[in-house]
Amino acid sequence: MEGARRRLSYLAFGMAWDNCKSSRPATPSTPRPSLHSPTKIVTDWPEAIYAHFRRVGIRQVGYVPDAGHSRLIALCRDDPNIADVVLTTEEEGVGLVAGAALGGERAALLMQSSGVGNCINMFSLLRNCGFGCVVLVTMRGEFGEFNPWQVPMGTIAEEVLRLAGFLTHRIESADAVDEIVGAGCDMAFNSNLPVAILLSQRLIGAKQWTR
Amino acid sequence: MLDRRDFVAQLLVDRGDLLVICGLGSATYDVAAAGDHPLNFYLWGAMGGTAMIGLGLALARPDRRVAVITGDGDMLMGMGSLATIGVREPKNLAIVVLDNAHYGETGMQPSHTHAGVDLVAVALACRFNHARAVSRLAEAADVRASLHAAEGPILINARIKPDDVPRVLPLRDGHAIKQRFVEALNSL
Repeated sequence: MEGARRRLSYLAFGMAWDNCKSSRPATPSTPRPSLHSPTKIVTDWPEAIYAHFRRVGIRQVGYVPDAGHSRLIALCRDDPNIADVVLTTEEEGVGLVAGAALGGERAALLMQSSGVGNCINMFSLLRNCGFGCVVLVTMRGEFGEFNPWQVPMGTIAEEVLRLAGFLTHRIESADAVDEIVGAGCDMAFNSNLPVAILLSQRLIGAKQWTR
Repeated sequence: MLDRRDFVAQLLVDRGDLLVICGLGSATYDVAAAGDHPLNFYLWGAMGGTAMIGLGLALARPDRRVAVITGDGDMLMGMGSLATIGVREPKNLAIVVLDNAHYGETGMQPSHTHAGVDLVAVALACRFNHARAVSRLAEAADVRASLHAAEGPILINARIKPDDVPRVLPLRDGHAIKQRFVEALNSL
């Protein structure tokens, strides 16, 4: 019940935001995915993230292809109101966010924990100019990882983000995705803050890793 | 070879609503020397990121023209972004590389373009719509016209003399530079 009320408040805020966007194209015709079925939230957490992207008006999404983010990437690619930008390295995405903000658009970045390390100096752009940004980080090297090369960066990614000026949230279970991503998106763009949301390797889980 | 200040000044004559992102170091000083403007976004760091800021802005504002003016060192560091831009094909984005083949901020050490690395060839290989090198001031008017009207993405590699010119230091406060830019763009 408490969770349902929180979700409703996000939807109400989303409508208010939609009404503010005078110069934007009409609200896209693709329906907003439902957030009201608990079972759906558990299995479809990428949809919950995407719904918040739509709610807060994310218009650009930068990413290096990633298995853990594959569903979310597909949702963004299929949305004509989101420009999806495939990057050669994650640090390019930081510039993309800054440019989007200069042009009045909100942007999000999707990356693996290894990508956090590629961005460190470029993050200075966000902090130095006060650009709001949401970064969704799929974690590697921290829970049941088979590849030791992922461990060094995976185990320091959250600390690195904090040192770089990010507010960080960590998600361990699917039923927390809606609430935490909603709160993260709101803080990022209400306060022009860089916010990173770490999706734990335990959450991403075996289902997503079909090898 | 070009005098960097004369060339940049001619590019920005009657600039109208051209949005300019300038790469750290000499490119920022050159653009400032041509006349401070609220639609200049001056970088003092974030080396390698200038072209991508241009891409984000070009995607956000397809109704405006975006010019990235930067140095060879910054462009070499962000060379992957040329591939990213080439894939995304922003029609309103132009990149001008002020190529003196040296790292001017750190003591004029030679850059990879000094050894013959060809950023025009890289841009064309990255699916840019147009890329060329210029080295005469008589070509500046044509480059200026490209910034305002040519279908992007385009890259102009401007061969400039490796001169040490006086620094012209614009705003350094990132929040102020951003805020001024956003307000000016919103009021166009």
